[in-house]
Amino acid sequence: MTRPAFRFITVLLASVLVTGLTGADWRQFRGNDSSSVAPGEKPPVTWGDTENIAWKIPLRGRGLSGPIIVGDRVYLTSSDGFKQDRLFVECFDMKTGVRRWRRSFQATGRTQCHAKMANATPTPASDGKRIFAFFSSNDLVCLDLDGNLLWYRGLTHDFPNASNSLGMASSPVVIGDTVIVQVESQAESFATGLDVGTGTTRWHRKQHRYDNWSSPIALVNKDPARSLVLLQNMIGLTALEARTGKEAWHYDQPASRTPSSVVANGAVYIPSNGLTVVRPATTNNKTLEIAWKDNRFSSGTPSPLVYRGKVFTMSGPIVKCGDASTGKLLWQLRLKGAFTSSPVAADGHLYYFSETGRTYVVDVTGPKGKIIAENELGATILCTPAIADNSVFVRSDGHLWKISR
Amino acid sequence: MGNSTMTRYDFTRLLGALSTVVFLMNTLPADAAEPAGLISTIKSVDKKAKGNPEAGRAVAELSRAEPAVLLPVLAAFQDANPLAANYLRSVVETIVDRAIDNKKTLPRKPLESFITDRKNNPQARRLAFEILQRVDVTVVDRLIPGMLTDPSPLFRRDAVARLLDLAERLNKEGQQDLAGTLYKRALQGATDDDQVRAIAKPLQKMGEKLDLPRHFGFLTQWHIVGPFDNTGSKGFNVVYPPEKQVDLKAKLQGKLGPAGWKQYRTTDDFGILDIAKQISPYKGAVMYCTTVFTTKAPRSLQFRLGTPNAWKLWVNGRLVFANEEYHRGMKLDQYSVPVTLRAGSNSILLKICQNEQDQDWAQRYQFQIRTCNVSGIAVHSADSSAALPQLEEPQP
Repeated sequence: MTRPAFRFITVLLASVLVTGLTGADWRQFRGNDSSSVAPGEKPPVTWGDTENIAWKIPLRGRGLSGPIIVGDRVYLTSSDGFKQDRLFVECFDMKTGVRRWRRSFQATGRTQCHAKMANATPTPASDGKRIFAFFSSNDLVCLDLDGNLLWYRGLTHDFPNASNSLGMASSPVVIGDTVIVQVESQAESFATGLDVGTGTTRWHRKQHRYDNWSSPIALVNKDPARSLVLLQNMIGLTALEARTGKEAWHYDQPASRTPSSVVANGAVYIPSNGLTVVRPATTNNKTLEIAWKDNRFSSGTPSPLVYRGKVFTMSGPIVKCGDASTGKLLWQLRLKGAFTSSPVAADGHLYYFSETGRTYVVDVTGPKGKIIAENELGATILCTPAIADNSVFVRSDGHLWKISR
Repeated sequence: MGNSTMTRYDFTRLLGALSTVVFLMNTLPADAAEPAGLISTIKSVDKKAKGNPEAGRAVAELSRAEPAVLLPVLAAFQDANPLAANYLRSVVETIVDRAIDNKKTLPRKPLESFITDRKNNPQARRLAFEILQRVDVTVVDRLIPGMLTDPSPLFRRDAVARLLDLAERLNKEGQQDLAGTLYKRALQGATDDDQVRAIAKPLQKMGEKLDLPRHFGFLTQWHIVGPFDNTGSKGFNVVYPPEKQVDLKAKLQGKLGPAGWKQYRTTDDFGILDIAKQISPYKGAVMYCTTVFTTKAPRSLQFRLGTPNAWKLWVNGRLVFANEEYHRGMKLDQYSVPVTLRAGSNSILLKICQNEQDQDWAQRYQFQIRTCNVSGIAVHSADSSAALPQLEEPQP
């Protein structure tokens, strides 16, 4: 190989690796950084049966899990069967919606759920090379992007009391080369960090035995070894080193068990006492500063969202907007219906999907929030959608849509 | 960009494939490259990621095999643990997808023989059935009607559903006799509660008397003692006297004073023994319930329990499972506990705990237990009449 050719390949490899890490993927619940924000994306604000629907694909089984996007593919989980014990991981071509592959598995843990939930409630996650599909039955499946099984863990098979008869919902998070799941129920609770390559346990930490449906999130540090995973539950929020499980700090006020925290500008917005914003010291990772807290910003099921300097919470159909730095209440807005899905943000708009499939698109660029569109999908929507390719990807039990201009 | 341009995804995939090949060349043992060796490696996978890396590599290698390997892989489900079965399933699906994409022939006849041989693993048979369905649309109509009493609950469910559809149609058309016959036939295979309910309701409306507790295999007769203290939910781990010895004549000290074993039975169609209604809506309480199950020869079966309360279950004095969860719903077959019984009489002891939550939805204090085989078909005590020989009915 000539020297210029070698240099060219090196540059090509580097650019591939970099773009692989920073492209417009949506790799886990609420996006790559769990912020629910899709920078640079411009999805449509209106749609209907024949307007701005790029494709609509029928699905088998049920699911509350959201789609994730890696490269030019959409990945999704579902569960099927009278006992919800048949697990599916599927891959679709992002441009065409054509199904590229589907793999099925048999649940190894208990599958009982509340009627509203499904075994496929947690949203899968990806590190860009692998898919980590997690289910209420605590089956954790790792596949490569082409659907080849790399490893499989049955965490209720390992820990038979780790289950919740209402169903589990916590989604996995990938931090560096560790995939972390939070499995908390009345009977048995733990969090564990697994090697992304083999599924072997890097750390296992017993947690308090309260049932919990919130998801772990990342607090990324420039030094990867010091990146933290934040575990929120009834006793507060605990920050652990993602690779070792070693505790870094703990916020000790009770936090909600359904909506999940969000990290923005180095602060953690915790659904606790309404909303509590903590800022961990950057030097030792142990000291916590409470930036502000306000019980007016309580959250129902949808998680809080920080966007363009503002924080948004939702309780019932009421959206509240505050100054993300100070907590000053700026405005509130009443939508209609019940909401399970967490909102997502792009291009100055927030997208709120109600349980009946009505979407409210709220313009948040002005001094007050303004509903600029209401769109119907005519199906029950409980998942948190994904945004990529200037499009919104959303699923019901029956279908997966790409909403695109 | 033209179609031939390599996308970021394609390039990443190429890199991944290259690294996998290099990795496999360096790490697979020489004797593991044969299907039997690869299957054996996969079946060595076990709890807590034991054997994961080796199994993952074996899956990658075996997935490249031709469709001829499908039958040996399906056969390997037979004694595979649930984790290994999922690795094997992945191999099968990968090979089948590639074969169909490349228009290669699948071994249809051997697959059908595998499906119809009831001795084969139910999950593997179902997987083979779904493969065959992809290339032969007639397979459903040809095979499902004969599967009403199949050991596989999924096949039975499909067979029941077909009969149920037909019976409902005939019933609506006023052909009640024929509908009733079909409903009764459907009930032979039904073990899921939604199907049983859908069958039982019209049959009972037609005047049929059904013994649903026997159909499901519910344990309906119990001796019960209590309440013992569960204030602060602490009683779950307290060893009260029944856990040391079940003496039905013993006078024990309970939370509310002296307590003795009393006999109760449930006549509920779904075997629910309702402590709150039949005894008392105790709060912060522990109740012990015991019965016996007789079998002529040693055998394995499942105890399937539904309850919104915390519980522990002992069989012949050995704790077989415990779950400390309160008011998270109750469902038929909510918990499945595999148990091996000895020949003769086997003692069953259930500890059932109620906490002190005061919400409306947290007042249920009840359970249902049935005994069945792994397929969900009822297994009855060999001598049901001898289940409760020792005591008279409780005094009011």
